[in-house]
Amino acid sequence: MRFEGNKLKRRIISDYVFNGMILLVSTICAIPLILILYFIIRQGVASINWQFLVNVPKPVGETGGGILNAIIGSFILVLMAAVMAIPVAVIAGVYIAENSNTRVAKLTRFCAELLQGVPSIVIGIIAYIWVVKPAGHFSAISGSIALAIMMLPVIIRTTEETVSMIPGSIKEASLALGVPYYKTMLSIIIPSGFSGIITGIIISVARVAGETAPLLFTSFGNPFVSTNPGKPIASLPQGIFLYAMSPYKDWKQQAWGESFILLSAILVMSLLSKFLTRRWKIQF
Amino acid sequence: MKNSAAFNILLMAGIFITLLVASLPAIRHSGFHFLIDKTWDPNNDQYGALPFLLGTMITAFLALLISFPFSIALALLLGEFYRKGLVADIFKNIIELMAGVPSVIYGFGALYFLTPKIAELETSLGFPSFGVGILSASIVLAIMVVPYWTSVAREVITLTPNDIREAAYSLGATRFEVIRYTVIPYTRTGIIAGMLLALGRALGETMAVTMVIGNTNNLPKNIFSTSNTMASLIANEFTEATSETYLSSLVEVALLLFLVSAALNILGKRIITGLGKK
Repeated sequence: MRFEGNKLKRRIISDYVFNGMILLVSTICAIPLILILYFIIRQGVASINWQFLVNVPKPVGETGGGILNAIIGSFILVLMAAVMAIPVAVIAGVYIAENSNTRVAKLTRFCAELLQGVPSIVIGIIAYIWVVKPAGHFSAISGSIALAIMMLPVIIRTTEETVSMIPGSIKEASLALGVPYYKTMLSIIIPSGFSGIITGIIISVARVAGETAPLLFTSFGNPFVSTNPGKPIASLPQGIFLYAMSPYKDWKQQAWGESFILLSAILVMSLLSKFLTRRWKIQF
Repeated sequence: MKNSAAFNILLMAGIFITLLVASLPAIRHSGFHFLIDKTWDPNNDQYGALPFLLGTMITAFLALLISFPFSIALALLLGEFYRKGLVADIFKNIIELMAGVPSVIYGFGALYFLTPKIAELETSLGFPSFGVGILSASIVLAIMVVPYWTSVAREVITLTPNDIREAAYSLGATRFEVIRYTVIPYTRTGIIAGMLLALGRALGETMAVTMVIGNTNNLPKNIFSTSNTMASLIANEFTEATSETYLSSLVEVALLLFLVSAALNILGKRIITGLGKK
């Protein structure tokens, strides 16, 4: 092979240029994220104090309004959603992992995939038609139902992945000892895959905690502290939306504070899920 | 146990049937004109969704266009250049964070940073300077779509067989040439699949778009004009819909959104599973 000095040099230079460009473009891509994080931390920390956490919102112009209603509301919404979604999703996940080639399992897997791609606003409409319209008023429970529907596919998939990694010999050993099938599932399979299932649950909670679109016409929002599932309820993401779109300066400040709280909660959850996967990785 | 699995199938079917039944009055009222009429005037019972269909398509495609170089660069970075090590860890965490930030916060950030800049740009180009509009929405969407596209593209890039890669290296190709002549041709389909999944995301994204698109029901004239997407229309008007036909027309928009994003999702995933088997 003949090396033409000039051409070779050009090829090497173009390689370096390409490498540099990839790094540069990737770094540019991180800038918006870093800007948002920086401002949320700077502005958010400035607006957070004890009053902010324990008061309900005040009218424009009055100082000292807080977001207690939104914190409690978000907590209740997500908690109710988790209570509804976890049992169904975990059992369905174990089922499709155990009977992975049956028709029901294939169809369930397909539906979970589909469900994950449904825009969240469409799920909000579904919850509206199913719950809000017959009841005649907005309610916390309808918001939770929308969030629960969004949690299902995530938990189903992670549960399936975890359970299918558990070796069949463990299950067979339990069955050979005469343990009934349901008990084998409950006391052998689910505990063995516990870390994976919990991780899936935490990821799904982190995902729905920031959802706003399905709550717009289900849980609606509420300027007061409410714990009644049948009444409208406030939530953090909806509070951010309301305050961010308002023309008032001190309300925008509130939105920074709320963003900070919401983002910290989501961050803590995703760190927790990472920690769990690393700590309790299934090993056989 | 079977019941729980079956519940999910029923749920999915239920969602589809509910949307279909609830949009029947609108379908009966507007018929095919729903898709081609450009006047959306609930007061006179005129429902033409063309402005929103166009608004959605333009914002989504513009977003994909903007996001393309970034997604591919990140995918190549993680799938080809730095598979392990510090740089890989940093960018992996950045992508995860980008996927984790809620849509409202992106919208809020865009209102704060992006719209003033876009308004300046509009003034200097001689357009009315709203700041909000299709371009702003597309930029936010582009940022939000990057993690999805990147993760799919990265996955298919790592699927490129090592023997092809090594064959190219042993012929004396530089890394750029390996990527250009073996990795890219091999992963083209996968990258398109990632684009379909990203498109599905972009079409249904609601909050960030609602906050920066300006929410007007006209046909968009240029990329600076304010507009509405299907999702932002629903978010804005659903609670105000008083008449039966109005509400039902909005549900029909949701039905369209559901069908399109489901189709994109299935198609994209099919292509990827097909690649994995090859």
